[in-house]
Amino acid sequence: MNLYVLLKMVPDTVEELNVAADGKSLDSEFLRFKLNDPDEHALEQALLLKEKHGGKVTVVTLDAPEVDDVLFTALAKGADRAVKLPVNQAELGTVAAARVLADFLKAEATPLPPDTLVLPGSYAIDDLEGELAPLLATALELPYVGVVCGIAPAEGKATVRKEFAGGLRGEFEVALPAVLGIQSADKPPRYVPVAKVRAAMKSARIETVDVPPPDRPRQLELERTYKPEAAGHAEMLEGSPEEVADRLVEILVKNSAI
Amino acid sequence: MANTILVLAEQLRGEVTDITFEMLGAGRKLAEASGSSLCAVLLGAEAAPLAAKLGAADKVLVADDAPWDLAPADAVAGALEAVMQQTQAGLVLLGCTNVAAGIGSMLAVKTGLPLVNFCRAAKAEGGGVVCTSQLFGGKIYSDVKLADGKGVVCIYPGAFPVDAGKRDQAPPIEKVDLPVAAPKVTFKQYLEPETGDVDITKQNVLVGVGRGIQTQDNVELAEELAQVLGGAVCASRPVIDQGWLPLSRQVGKSGMTVKPRVYFALGISGAPEHWEGMQNSQCIIAVNTDAKAPIFDGAHYGVVGDVLELLPALTEKVKAKKG
Repeated sequence: MNLYVLLKMVPDTVEELNVAADGKSLDSEFLRFKLNDPDEHALEQALLLKEKHGGKVTVVTLDAPEVDDVLFTALAKGADRAVKLPVNQAELGTVAAARVLADFLKAEATPLPPDTLVLPGSYAIDDLEGELAPLLATALELPYVGVVCGIAPAEGKATVRKEFAGGLRGEFEVALPAVLGIQSADKPPRYVPVAKVRAAMKSARIETVDVPPPDRPRQLELERTYKPEAAGHAEMLEGSPEEVADRLVEILVKNSAI
Repeated sequence: MANTILVLAEQLRGEVTDITFEMLGAGRKLAEASGSSLCAVLLGAEAAPLAAKLGAADKVLVADDAPWDLAPADAVAGALEAVMQQTQAGLVLLGCTNVAAGIGSMLAVKTGLPLVNFCRAAKAEGGGVVCTSQLFGGKIYSDVKLADGKGVVCIYPGAFPVDAGKRDQAPPIEKVDLPVAAPKVTFKQYLEPETGDVDITKQNVLVGVGRGIQTQDNVELAEELAQVLGGAVCASRPVIDQGWLPLSRQVGKSGMTVKPRVYFALGISGAPEHWEGMQNSQCIIAVNTDAKAPIFDGAHYGVVGDVLELLPALTEKVKAKKG
């Protein structure tokens, strides 16, 4: 199979996020980046498909902080090719990012071979302008399914599982090539030892492919960005674990849980 | 502001879902503030009888040809585009849900309108609409103005009141013929939720664990607390994705919606996807090492600290109390 995985860096929300002086963007000084969670699953799903059905996994990113580490990690995990498009992700909304990635994929082959799956993560935590997968599918004129949690390819088509709510899922048949927004892979994303990533850094190479920059980086004008002022806040319990536990027991009694 | 505001009503397996009423309530307010009319669109074989429940709309457009059941996103976006032209609508509200995933993005491209995702508040202002989006797992909000009031807005579930979108009157219902292109995506069947050993929607006490539980072995500590309280352990998505607990224990957007008497959120940051599934719990007790975790904004009681230290102490105290 011909598998393209689109990887996006997002701010790590474990760290504190602050708004920059412009009142619109995030303060980049203390920002740490990580791979978007669903993208990690998209990569795992592609690697699982390759192991089962053969083929080639290409990981593609726009330029972003710490992105080389992510690309080398993908190679160490078993991706065959890593491509970086030298367009700064930070300045792009999802619509423009989809256009850049679609241009790259069109330049790869038009039309894309029938055994091609384009696999972005189902969503990203900064998708203010919409999700990448449906925008990409529209630009490439390919079928799309989102919130995918399982793929079984067959000749010219694939059976995919999509999550609804309450644990309910649906099974869909999709003609290939297709764009599938991945929510979770069939297995948890694999771990790769640091030594293997270092080896990949020495032996493998990140390809840079030039693409025309988008004419309009963002669709939406932000009025302001801010930290939410909570309507309420929890009553905080302080003290040693024993003291806190005593208070919690009282609360459990009050709520008829004991 | 546009003359007509459209709401894509959502139904799953013959039931109108809460997000539909949230959108109707939000749409009603915007329509009244701007002198627009509110029109709901309902697609699917069972749409006609369900349309009667959408009394908060001034009109309900129904397409009940069978192919509309779980039709692909591009087909639904195409249908909405056609309805927008017929009704001269400029503002469309959709659910930021798994069911509607991708429809809004595709409609925005087709119509050339801007899309605002993850919207949790919207108000009419000077002929336009100001939308508030929750980004970065709910840690940051951004306000975006649709200056002419035109756009596609994806409404985050649980952010607007459901009751505001319910009316006891039957709305005028109109059938519409919408083109369905030969689909490249076809719905085959539902896959029922895995029935686990425990139904987490029926528990009085739930001990929810998130990333902060760190390892599979530590889940056992939560299991012990749940046992002494006669409850069950559940989890946010990262824990389920790691395979540490079965899918039947997932709380949140794709998982279960729960309303126990007491919900422990242990090492759960409180991302909107999780909050959606447990926000109506009677008493929420959150424990997290990050004092600024969004979970503390919604929880009733909070503890900044290490879950792994607190759990054994709490389990012992509960045991002692119960004698």
